Order: sequence, then structure tokens, then C-alpha cells
Amino acid sequence: MIQGSLNLESLRVGVVQFPGSNCDVDCVDSLNRHYGIKSKYIWHTSSTIGDVDLIVLPGRFSFGDYFRSGALASHSPVMQSVKKFADAGGAVLGICNGFQILVETKILPGMLLHNEKLQFICKPVFIKSQSSRPLKIPIAHGEGRYFADQNVLNHLEKNNLVAYRYCDENGEVSRESNPNGSLQNIAGVYSENRKVLGMMPHPERACDLLLGGSADGKEILDDFLKRIAL
Amino acid sequence: MKYEVLVQLKGEVLDPEGRAIQETLKSQGFHGVASVQVAKRYVLDIPGDADQSEKIATEISQKYLANPVAQTFSVKRLPS
Repeated sequence: MIQGSLNLESLRVGVVQFPGSNCDVDCVDSLNRHYGIKSKYIWHTSSTIGDVDLIVLPGRFSFGDYFRSGALASHSPVMQSVKKFADAGGAVLGICNGFQILVETKILPGMLLHNEKLQFICKPVFIKSQSSRPLKIPIAHGEGRYFADQNVLNHLEKNNLVAYRYCDENGEVSRESNPNGSLQNIAGVYSENRKVLGMMPHPERACDLLLGGSADGKEILDDFLKRIAL
Repeated sequence: MKYEVLVQLKGEVLDPEGRAIQETLKSQGFHGVASVQVAKRYVLDIPGDADQSEKIATEISQKYLANPVAQTFSVKRLPS
């Protein structure tokens, strides 16, 4: 329950629910069983998020993915508070649809476009950070192709803000290991202060060997939670 | 007033839907089609003063209908 000397149990976490979110329970469960964190749910119409240390924007189909994925959710009352929270240095984790909401709210740069091959992709893939081994994490999305203009890409690379890239099981980042056509194999990005992480793969679904054949997602959550709890 | 808003990907952004259509057309013998761009069409009905409603249509397009990171838009007044 306790990572090193950090007491993560006392972390106050709010998990935002939109109509169509369906990974909210997975997030709450992972944070509770592995870190002892008791999260609270925040409904999308709420204009306040209360006293929290971390906001989680869970995955799947907010507002049925109508219009553009994440775009309708980005204008919901709760997101105005989440943006203020992030701008003031608050920690936010956006997974899949949560990442789409973060870019549509302009908390993170770029945009997530329809996958290169136009298919909804639901399968385990490998991703890695600059310091990690290849991690086996599931993806489940139709609009996950990361796009940003060259200036933004240069900025992300120069400042090490690319959190995760798609790779193969040996850690090689290549065209073949890129499932959706994301520029520079980008699977996740950090905000400038690294307190906001948006990523398309689902670490919360890969925290138990019994539930998906990989527990690598826990390494991602460990890394992020340790950073924001410092 | 009715306004037609077309939103599409910027020219430099890969449009896989357009490319799939173009490749299918090619397989059907239409070798002369160099590219296909797919756009989403919205029709906004905004009653009232024409200048004002065009401004509103443009503002809605800028702020909501198009994401300037990868998309462009055009606004055209439809004949009433």
C-alpha cells in the first residue's frame, strides 16, 4: 500500500464521470487495491472538484464520442474547474478518452485523430518511457493518432515531455510497432511541469495478472503517483 | 439565416478516410483522382441580423466545430 516512504493512501483523488465513461470503476479499483487510495467520484455537471490532490479522467465514450472524441466533455462545467486546477499546478491523469479530453481542453498540446487505418483497435501493445523497459498495456480506441504541428513536436522532444511511445516487445520504436499512426509513436505526453499525464493506453486495466495477463500498468501508475506525491 | 460550416483536416494532415476512398476509386478505374478530402458539414440556423449571425456562426466554428490543431473550416451563407 505504501510506496517507499511516500504515503499514497492519503492522496485525495477525484475520478470524473461523464455520460459514457466506463473505465471510472477500473481506475477507482486499481488505486484502491494497489495503493489504498479511496477516490471520490465527481459528476461532469459539477462546477467544483473540491479538495483533491489528483484528478483522474477515465476512458471510453464520453457523450457517445459524438462530434469529436472528448470535445463535448471538454466544455462540461467540471472541466473548467479541472483546467483551473491543472493551471495552478494540480495533478491530472487522463487515460484514453481522458487524454482526448485533456487535449480538447488544451491542458495538453496536440490532438487525437482517427487511427491511420480507421479501425477501432482493442489489443495489448508495448509502450516505453525513456527510462522503462517495454511495458505491455492494452489500448482500445478509434481516435488515438497523436498529432501536433512540428513546433509542438520539437518542444515536446526537446523538453522530454513525451511520456510514452509505442514500441515492440524488445523496446524498438518503429513504424511496425505504431498501432495507430501517431506522430513519432507518441502514446502519452506530459504537461510542462509533468504533473499532467495524458495517454491512450490503459494502465489501470493492466494492474493484475489475473485480469489481463499483464501487471505492467502498475509501473506506470507507480511512476506517476510517486512523482505527484513528492 | 442558415450557414453551412465545412470542417476538414488541414492539407498536411493525413486523411485516412479520404485516402481509402481515393484508393477505392482508383481500383474502380478512376486513376485521375489525385486525392480525396473528407469534410464534416454542419448547418447552423441563426435567425436575426445577417452580419451578427455570420459573426456568431464564425465564432462557433472557431471555438467548437473545428479544432485548429489539425482542422480548418469555412463558413458559407446558404440561400434562404
